[in-house]
Amino acid sequence: MIEAPIEEPRELDDRVGVRVELVSRTFVTKRGPVQALSGMSLRAAPHEIVAVVGPSGCGKTTLLELICGLQHADSGTIVSAPAALMPQRDLLLPWLGTLDNAALALRARGLSREQARATAAPWIERFGLRGFEDSKPASLSGGMRQRVSFLRSLLAGKAVLALDEPFASLDAITRAEMQGWLGHILETEPRTVVLVTHDVEEAVVLGDRVVVMSARPGRAIAEVEVSLERPRRRTDPDLIGLRERVYEALGVAQ
Amino acid sequence: MRRALGGWRALLVLLTLFAIWELYVDLGGADPLILPAPHAIAQSLYDDRALLWSNFVVTAEEVVLGIAVAAIVALALAIAIHFSPTLRQAIYPLLVGSQAIPVPIIAPLLVLWLGFGIAPKLVVIALVSFFPIVVTTLAGLAGVDHELLKLMRTFDAPRRRTFWHVEFPSALPGVLTGAKIAAAVAVIAAVFAELSGANSGLGYLYQQSENQLLMPRAYASVVVLCVFAIALFWLLTLAERLAVPWAYHRSTGDAT
Repeated sequence: MIEAPIEEPRELDDRVGVRVELVSRTFVTKRGPVQALSGMSLRAAPHEIVAVVGPSGCGKTTLLELICGLQHADSGTIVSAPAALMPQRDLLLPWLGTLDNAALALRARGLSREQARATAAPWIERFGLRGFEDSKPASLSGGMRQRVSFLRSLLAGKAVLALDEPFASLDAITRAEMQGWLGHILETEPRTVVLVTHDVEEAVVLGDRVVVMSARPGRAIAEVEVSLERPRRRTDPDLIGLRERVYEALGVAQ
Repeated sequence: MRRALGGWRALLVLLTLFAIWELYVDLGGADPLILPAPHAIAQSLYDDRALLWSNFVVTAEEVVLGIAVAAIVALALAIAIHFSPTLRQAIYPLLVGSQAIPVPIIAPLLVLWLGFGIAPKLVVIALVSFFPIVVTTLAGLAGVDHELLKLMRTFDAPRRRTFWHVEFPSALPGVLTGAKIAAAVAVIAAVFAELSGANSGLGYLYQQSENQLLMPRAYASVVVLCVFAIALFWLLTLAERLAVPWAYHRSTGDAT
C-alpha cells in the first residue's frame, strides 16, 4: 500500500560524532556584552546520547545552535557531523496535518509533497500517530505534538540530533511516558544525540553520559557516566544514586 | 444563541434610530428635500428595486475586483518589502503618503487617463484598499517564529523553500484581515470614483437622484451601499474561516 521510501535517509554512518573544545561565545546586547559560554567542552561519540544539564541561562541553547551551525564560536573548536535541531516548542505549522508537518524537513530538501508524505508515512505507526495523519496540530495532545516534532527532526536525515528540552512543556506523567518512548526509538534508530534538559531524572534515564554545566558563562564542570542497562527504571537504586551525583555536581542539596 | 441575541440588539438599536429619525422629519425638523424620512426611503427601496439592483451590480463588481487587485498588489509589495530592507526604507514611507492623497483629487485625473469604464474605478479602489493589506501582510510575515526559521536552516532549506513552506502561508491571514479593514473604505472609494465620471453604479445613481431632487432614491442607494459593506465584511470573515482556519480561531472582529 505504502511505497518504500523513495529517498533513503542520507548517510547516517557517523564517524565524527560531536566534539566541542574550549568554546567561548559572547553576545552583544543593549545592556552590554553577555558571555554565554566560556571554555565549554563536550564530546559525543557516534551514536552516543549525551545529556547536558545546567542552571537556567547557562548557555545550553547557544551550545546546541553552535553544534547545528546556526551560530559561530568566538573561539575554540567545534567539529560535528551534520546536526538537526529539535526545538523546545514544537513549532508545528498550524495549516499542515501530522504527516505533512513530519515531512517538512523532506520538503525543505526539495522532495515533492507526494514523495515527502510517502517517505514519512511508514514512521507514523511507530510514533503512535496512526489515525492522526491529517489532523492539524491544534487537535493533537502535547505529547503527540512533540512526537511529530521529533519525527520531523529525525526525517531531516542528519547523523546528530540536538534536542533542546524536548519535553519541558509536558505534564509530569506525559513527560515520563515520552522519555520511555524516546529511549526506545533511539535504540532502534541510533543517532548521536545531544540532549539539553533541566530535568536531572530525564538526563540519567536517557543519557549514556551526563555533562553538568556551570552557571553563566557556561562550561562543563562535571561528567557522570550512566552505564546502566536499558530500559532503565526510575526506581533503580543505581539510577537514583547517579541522579544524586548529578544534583551534587550542580550544587543542589537533596 | 448569544450571537442571535447580539443580532437582535443591533436590530433594536437600528429600529430606535430609525424611529427618532422618522419623528424628527415628520415633525418638521428637516426639509424632506434635504433629509427624507425613513418610510420614504423604504418606499423607494421597494419601488426602485430594479434600478437599485442593476446599479448595485456595477458597484459590487468594481469593489470586489478592486479589492482583489489591491490584495494581489499588496501581497507582492509586502513580500518585496519583507525581503529587502532597502525597499522598506525606499517605498514604505511613500505608501503611507499615498494614503493621504484625497480620492476626489486623484479620481478626475484617472478618468482623464483611463476613461469612463471600470479601469479608473479599480485603480481608485485598489489605491485606498491596498495599504491596510500591506500593513497586515507585513505583520504576518514578521510574525513568523524566529525559531522556525532556524529550524528550517538546520533542515538545509534554501531561502525560497523556507518562504514557500513557512512564510507565505503565514502571510495569507494578513491579506484577508487587511481586506476586511479595506472593505468599508473600498465602498466609499467606489462612490467617489463614480462621482468623477460614470454612467452607472450606486454612486452615479445617487448623484442622478440628487440632481432630480429624488432624495428618497438617493438615500436608498446609500442604504444599499451600507448593506453591501456589511455583506462584504461578512463574506471576507467567511473566507477567513474557510481558507485560513488556523488564524481565524485567533482573530477577533466578528461583525455578524
